[in-house]
Amino acid sequence: MSSPKPRKMRQAIGEGRWTRLTLITIALIFLGLMLIAPLLVVFVEAFSRGVGVYIDALAMPDTMAALRLTLLVAAIAVPVNLVFGVAAAWAIAKFEFKGKAFLLTLIDLPFAVSPVVSGLIFVLLFGANSVLGPLLDDVGIKILFAVPGIVLATVFITFPFIARELIPLMQQQGAAEEEAAVSLGAGGWRTFFQVTLPNVKWGLLYGVLLCNARAMGEFGAVTVVSGNIRGVTTTLPLHIEILYNDNKAAAAFAVASLLALLALVTLAVKTLLEARFANSLAAQRRH
Amino acid sequence: MQVRAENISKRYASMAALDDVSLTVGSGELVALLGPSGSGKTTLLRTIAGLEHPDSGVVYYNDRDASESRIQDRGVGFVFQHYALFKHMRVIDNIAFGLRARKKNKPSDAEIKRRVMELLDLVQLSGLDRRFPSQLSGGQRQRVALARALAIEPSVLLLDEPFGALDARVRKDLRRWLREIHERTGHTTLFVTHDQEEALELADRVVVMNKGKIEQSATPDEIYDTPATPFVFSFIGESSVIPVQVGNGRATLDERLLDLQVGNLPDGPAQLYLRPEDVAMVTDGGPGIPGLVVSTRRIGGMRRVTIACGLARHRIEFDAGAEIPIANSQRLQVRVIGGRVYGAGVEGYETEKLAASATSDFKWAKAEGWLDR
Repeated sequence: MSSPKPRKMRQAIGEGRWTRLTLITIALIFLGLMLIAPLLVVFVEAFSRGVGVYIDALAMPDTMAALRLTLLVAAIAVPVNLVFGVAAAWAIAKFEFKGKAFLLTLIDLPFAVSPVVSGLIFVLLFGANSVLGPLLDDVGIKILFAVPGIVLATVFITFPFIARELIPLMQQQGAAEEEAAVSLGAGGWRTFFQVTLPNVKWGLLYGVLLCNARAMGEFGAVTVVSGNIRGVTTTLPLHIEILYNDNKAAAAFAVASLLALLALVTLAVKTLLEARFANSLAAQRRH
Repeated sequence: MQVRAENISKRYASMAALDDVSLTVGSGELVALLGPSGSGKTTLLRTIAGLEHPDSGVVYYNDRDASESRIQDRGVGFVFQHYALFKHMRVIDNIAFGLRARKKNKPSDAEIKRRVMELLDLVQLSGLDRRFPSQLSGGQRQRVALARALAIEPSVLLLDEPFGALDARVRKDLRRWLREIHERTGHTTLFVTHDQEEALELADRVVVMNKGKIEQSATPDEIYDTPATPFVFSFIGESSVIPVQVGNGRATLDERLLDLQVGNLPDGPAQLYLRPEDVAMVTDGGPGIPGLVVSTRRIGGMRRVTIACGLARHRIEFDAGAEIPIANSQRLQVRVIGGRVYGAGVEGYETEKLAASATSDFKWAKAEGWLDR
């Protein structure tokens, strides 16, 4: 690469102008092709048959049911993982105990396993041929092909997000402030709410957003356990697939645009948050 | 409040952090725990506070077994090396934290505010109550940390390397100021430091620790003038070590008799520990040990001279007046006028060897500003 004639001061690790331009161009083209273009296509296709079809697709009872179910699942999965994530991060960052490494590995499991496999685990666990399934069936509890199964699968898939966000942050901060708080007479809850929580609030919020985005968008694990009963066990991603397979492309894209919109809102909030606490976390970003 | 730690032992993995340590801090006393990194001094302090649990041994607060009470109820004012201020709270809320956390006898808001302002005045930070910790300098932060610890009217004040993270100048100011606060408030105070100067200047009593054990517990004067062990001698102040022979209650170097008290050491090899002031240059032509000047450097109004002396070319440091011209490679005679002889058999050879090699390590570590975090 050619480098410009030495001018004034140059950054020690600065690259030549052409190197920089090339790298930036490659990154932009890639982003454009792989991310922005598909997103645009979603919206273009959604309106390809006109605004009427778009509104009809969204107003369909099945769509509304899917939206309700998606929001319900997220509304259960996110708080559950909020509690679990904070508890796990607290335990791992602040205490020494046997099995800590094992717990850390377990938290990563949903990232490592394919979502479809995760879904199958629940089928094996609660299916007609399992031990648990018939037992629960006898007392009238249906897990598979019902809302509980979808919630369980979603909780499983999304549980690393908050814990993973908090652990490095809490480890970096250490336990000195908590020790100071207890030595000053504060009990466990006061220490947690007044000292620990304020110190991790941005990381926590970021983790919640990521967790929420995934909870609303999860497809693989949910499709295995849901049984795709229209209007009953279809979340938005499943509903989109059904519409698409029914050759209702415009309607499918219309619903997809709704899901994309939810994701965009999440992204916008995330960007706003990052601007506020980028310094403290940038070095340890995991995903 | 008297604090008594009895037979405290604590192990981390394979290392003994504390090995059967007993320590008593009298009511109103200001005691320094001094030692190199890994000597167990911070572990002892944290055990007394209740932040660590000993494997064995008991901590008593005025004859009460402290392990019976939770750390919240012990009434310990703990000051951390890196302040551990609550970053998201203003100075005023940091200091008020302990008072607001009270369940019994919680003061009214107005009373809390009045107390906080009083403490801010005590630590000379009036007017900074609305600041956040990030808007304060290191010295100011440590003063807030102290005010926060004092706010709960602690029965004991424990400080873990309170000035360790500050620069030399601020450190000296804070040292003097802490002494003043101690005199005014009269808290039983125990602080950890690796800085011997800080310990000797500040404390009523200095407890020197090494390898999880207490080497000596005495007043600063005693620690400096009559170090109990070679380790204490070499850890406090400057020192040179040369091997000597003891026979018939006298010490000899290269068969030359030294004018030294050796106590009741058995005959045989021993080590002579010297401070710079224990060696004087012979200027009147009298008898002395011949030496060759290796290096000189200027220290304040004196010149510190390093010579190689004796048959084995042992290094000895001493101070000479700056007005006396001394050049490298010059030959001169010195006389030993002080120092202490530690017998190999009595003190334990191993300890001695470690102390001797540790000396150079500490000097290096001191130079690097690396000692103990």
